[in-house]
Parts: sequence; structure tokens; C-alpha cells
Amino acid sequence: MSAEFVKKALVIGGGIAGIQAALDIADGGYQVILVERSPSIGGHMIQYAEVFPTLDCPQCIMTPKMVEIAQHPNVTLMTHAEVRSVSGTAGNFEVEIVQKARKVDHKKCNGCGTCWQKCPEKVPSEYNEGMAKRTAVYIPFPQAVPAKPVIDQPHCRYIRYRQFMAEKRAGKKPPECRICEKLCPVGAIDWEQPDEIVREKVGAIVLATGFDLMPFSRIPEYAEDPDVLNGIQFERLLSPGGPTAGAVIRPSDGKTPKEVVFVACCGSRDPERGVPYCSRVCCMYLAKQALLYKHAVPDGQAYVFYIDTRSTGKGYEEFIQRAVGEGVLYLRGKVSRIFREGDKLRVYGADTLSGKRVEIAADLVVLGMAIVPSDGAGELFRKLGVIADENGFVTESHPKFHPLETKVPGIFVAGMAQGPKDIPDAVAQGSGAAGRVLAFFAQGAPSEKQAVPV
Amino acid sequence: MAALDINLVELPRWNCCGTVYSLAEDDLIHHVAAVRNLIRVKQQGKNKVVTLCAFCYNTLKRANLVMKDSPDKRFAINSFMDEEPDYAGEVETVHLLQVMRDDVGLEKIAARVKKPLKDIKVAAYYGCTLLRPQVVAIDSVERPLVLQDVLRAVGATAVEFPFATECCGAYQVVNNRDIVSERTAAILDSAAKNGAEAVAVSCPLCEYNLRQVPAGTDHAGMPIFYFTQLMALAFGLGPEACAFEENSPQTRAWLKSKGLTS
Repeated sequence: MSAEFVKKALVIGGGIAGIQAALDIADGGYQVILVERSPSIGGHMIQYAEVFPTLDCPQCIMTPKMVEIAQHPNVTLMTHAEVRSVSGTAGNFEVEIVQKARKVDHKKCNGCGTCWQKCPEKVPSEYNEGMAKRTAVYIPFPQAVPAKPVIDQPHCRYIRYRQFMAEKRAGKKPPECRICEKLCPVGAIDWEQPDEIVREKVGAIVLATGFDLMPFSRIPEYAEDPDVLNGIQFERLLSPGGPTAGAVIRPSDGKTPKEVVFVACCGSRDPERGVPYCSRVCCMYLAKQALLYKHAVPDGQAYVFYIDTRSTGKGYEEFIQRAVGEGVLYLRGKVSRIFREGDKLRVYGADTLSGKRVEIAADLVVLGMAIVPSDGAGELFRKLGVIADENGFVTESHPKFHPLETKVPGIFVAGMAQGPKDIPDAVAQGSGAAGRVLAFFAQGAPSEKQAVPV
Repeated sequence: MAALDINLVELPRWNCCGTVYSLAEDDLIHHVAAVRNLIRVKQQGKNKVVTLCAFCYNTLKRANLVMKDSPDKRFAINSFMDEEPDYAGEVETVHLLQVMRDDVGLEKIAARVKKPLKDIKVAAYYGCTLLRPQVVAIDSVERPLVLQDVLRAVGATAVEFPFATECCGAYQVVNNRDIVSERTAAILDSAAKNGAEAVAVSCPLCEYNLRQVPAGTDHAGMPIFYFTQLMALAFGLGPEACAFEENSPQTRAWLKSKGLTS
């Protein structure tokens, strides 16, 4: 091998799996670049209210890890950034990363918050799944890392104004706002800041690109309605830091829902219209959500429609039994239709244990939508030459003995990028992938077998 | 149809479609009636048959799939009807809504409108057999749009409602009228709650059943039209095309009150 062996790693994706992988590689004594496309690390886990089966709060257990990432001497954190291209071989990859323009100079910014408190433009918050607003200059959530803002260019009034003037468009001019610039005490707003291309050499890559939920539109018989939520939206409603400060209320009218229906397998295990696989986490999080709902509204009734409950983790079956014991009503059957009728959502389903049709007049419905690979992950995998299966999840080098290696030497996988899994498994894979990277770096040089170009 | 430059030919010696497609694997005798009709079409040298009725559509279409895709069943049915020419699924069955959408086109329908049906809110009701099972569905199984599109093309406000694809009770009207009146009352109630003042149907049996809501109950007199009647009205065609004498007295009274007929 003539090429230099670069003992520095790249982790793509700043959710819990990527965070764990980056921290373990850094603790092992090697340099790591953690690239996250959104303005903060934290991933989906930081959106959750409490996590099963221990009911601890992700904001509490996860923020120390996030802060450690920001402060670790071996970690270079690049948020609001995306990997554009990769070439080379194991031990010597050349990576181009686009640092998207933040329009805020993070070297000057002290995170005081004046800009995002005063920005007049309100945009649906991604963190709150559209159930609350953020401003156009923003940090996604209070515990964001880094705790310094970016300007959302398509929504910023002044940037829209500049584009309008530059393109000499007809019609009404957007206002020439610039309030953030006027109020910033350190002059950190930088309208001229461009997208920047950063070239790095790394020896190993960990893919931790995570997941998205299947969109509602794939199940047209379930009405699109403000009171029909997906699992993450309901997490935000349950979260003390959420849009309602943890009060469980209906988005449509602010009333407390007294009848709440949870539907498992929305798209999962439905090869004809959804995905053929089990999404693995829905049974557990729906049980948890039903339980947390009962704690918030003790006189309310929670129903869970299920095909069969899958509770194979440690302490999981006990947790399901706890939910049943606390009055959550489990109905074995699928839901055929959900539609609005006046103040209520009518839910048609079946209880196949009693052989009866069930109709529920619900106040709120939570759909356990199927887990799918994160938007854009497929395109990234293609750039890396990494093979994904028919569902878009990364194919392992060997499903049993090399579960953390991809088919490309030097590129590893962790978390939901490999397939649906719960937090403990995602963290274990993050640590495992880091272990594989450390073992690789401990070699004197990449082997012949590893010298396969991307 | 002449107003839309479509020339329909009545099928000679047509017979009942059999009404219900039999789901029993070995119950081939129930497909014979449907297949006979398809053979008649083929004998005319034609390869397409249009139905006005959702049930006929469903029965013919599915019987045709049997003849096309199951060689053993095809052989048995052809052998049973040995006085008829052999048939192997050559005829396409379409419903009139498909002709409107795919052959005529919505733009052409809109262009023929002389009296747009402004200010009337019509629920688009499909029932079940145009959409189920999925292999014969004329549109999205769960959220069909074709009838709303036709209603909009003639200037009406199309009302979508959650019961648009609920079953009207179908042939149960023969032996269990209560099932039908219970179901149709729920359908009309849902249509009215979503703002409809009238209902457009694509099946004569649905129309018949929707009229079985007992007098004196809510929405009993709600106007119900076969969708082409509203098209004829908007095209400014005469009473022979509109055929409102076939509708209920309440429907005729409603048309008058809206100033749509004299």
C-alpha cells in the first residue's frame, strides 16, 4: 500500500447512533468529523417525551452526550453540512463536505438569542413536527448543539428581498427586514457568507443516517386531520418541552382528548401498500404513549389496535403488561377507516379476538407509521457505493458475522440506517461501529482485501 | 351521449349480468350470465362494453378476468356453453364514468356546458363495486376523484364525504330492507353533514337504495341523481335527455326550487 493510512474518521448523521460512534472513536484517541445536515445534532431521539421502558427523559440523558461532542478535543462537529462526494479506498478516502451557509458567523456569535427572539418571520418548527412555529433565524430547540443559530434562507425576509431585487421580479417586494443584523450585539450576521466546500481525508466512515416515518398519504383511508398524528408528533405533545408544555390537548380545538386511539402497523407488515418488514419500535412506543396519556389524563381511555405485540427487548414485555394493567385497552385487529364526523374522529376497526366490528368515536388518533430510511439516504449510499436492500436500508457485509460493515471496506453502519431498531440497539451499534473503526486504525496498514476503491 | 359525439350501440340479446360475482372457487355457473354478455359484444365485432351500473361493471369485469387468467375455468365455462363461440377475455368492460374521463375528457365536457350548475352542492357517491376489489377499481380505491371531477366540469360544487365509498346495501334490498335503509340513512346523513344538498350516483341500484330511506326520517327527500342527468341539465338538453320523471317527486321539487327546471 502506497497511499497514506489516514487514522481519522468521518461519521455521517448526528442522531444517537452517530453521536455514540463519534464519541467512542474520539475517546479511543482518534480524530473524528461528525457531519449533520440539520442545524443541530440530536436526531429524532431528542424529540421524544420519555423513552421506553425506563421512562427517562431524552433531553436529560442525551444532552450530556451532545455537549461532550461539542467540547471533545478529538471531535470536529459540522452541522448544517452535507457530504457531497467520496472517493478513494479504506484508509484513504477523500471527502467533500458542503458547509451550507448559515449567514451567521459562528466565530463571532455568542448564542445570546436576541436574533431568534426578535425575528418577525414565523415558520413551522421541524423539531415540533409542524405543531409550533420557529423563527427564520433559529436554533431548532433550546438544547441545540451548537447553540448558535442559522438563517433559514428560503424563509428569511431579507434574503427573499435580495433575491427578488436580483431577479428583477414583478409584484410585491418582500420587506427589507434586517432586524437580526441591526440587533446583533457582536455583528455576527453575514449576508455574504457563501456555501463552503471542505475537503478532508479520512480513513474510515460510519453511516448513521437514521430514519423517517412513512408519509400519511400512503394510507388514504386514514383521514388527514389535525387530530390524526404520527408517533413523533404525539411525542412532542407529551413532551414537557413541546408546543403545549406537555399538556395533552387536541391540536384542532385545544380540548383534552378523552378517547384516544393508537394504531400499530400503519404501513408496516403491509407489503402491498406499505413496507413488508416490522418497524420494531411501534409496539413499544405506542404502549408507552398510551401509558403516558393515561398518566396525563387519568379519566381518559386509550385503545391500541395491534396485529400482535412485539416486545422482545429487556423489560419490554413487562412494560406492555404494565400498560394493560393501567387500563390501556388492547384490541387485536386492524383499522379500516378513520374519518371526521363533527367533533369526533370515527375509527372503524375489528377486534378479532371477540370477532366483533369495533367503532370508536375518538378525540385523537395516533398512527404508528412505518419506519423508512431517512430522506436522501439512498442518494448518499449510491455516492459511496454502499449497497442498500430493496427497502433502502444498508446491506451488511455479512448479516451475522459482519453486521456493522457495509460491502465497501472502511465504511461502517450504525443505527436505523441498517434497519429499524430501538435506542439501546442503535447505541450498541454506534459503539460497535466505533470499535470496528478503532480495530481498523490499530492495523499497520489496510489489507489487500480492504483496498477496494469507492 | 350525442352531445359528446359518442355513439353507443345497444347490445342485442343482452341478459342480466348475474348481479353478484360469485367468490366461490368452484361456482362457475354464476359467471355464465356475465360471460354470455361478453360473447355478445365480441359477436358484434366490438371489444369494449360500457355499463351504467356499478354492479354490472364489477360482475362483467371480474368474470372477464376469470376467462382471461384461468385456463381451467375458461375451458369449463366454454365447454358448458358449447352452443356459443369460445371466449378468452377479449372484451374490455368500462363504466360510463371512465368513458367520460378517458374517452370524452373533462375539458370537452366543460366546453359543452351551457347552463353551469352554479351554487349547487352535490355529494359524489360511488358505493363499492366500482372501486373494489383493487384489480377492477376505476380510480383510487380509498380516495376516488373521477365523479367529483365530472361534477366540477359541469359547474357544480362537488362535496367529498367519508361515506362516499360505503356500500348502500346493494341486493340486500330484496330480502332485508332494514339493512339498506339503515346504511343509506347513514350515507345521506354523512353527505348532508358535509354540506351536500343533493347526491350524484354512478349506479342505478345505489340510486334505488338511497331512495329507501324511510319517509319522515332525516334527509328522506334528499335529491338523488344519476350523474348524467346533471350533465344533461348543464348541457341545456331537453326533458327526454334529463328524464327527471324517473326521479322522486322531492327531487323534481328541489330542481324547481333551485330554478333549474321550470
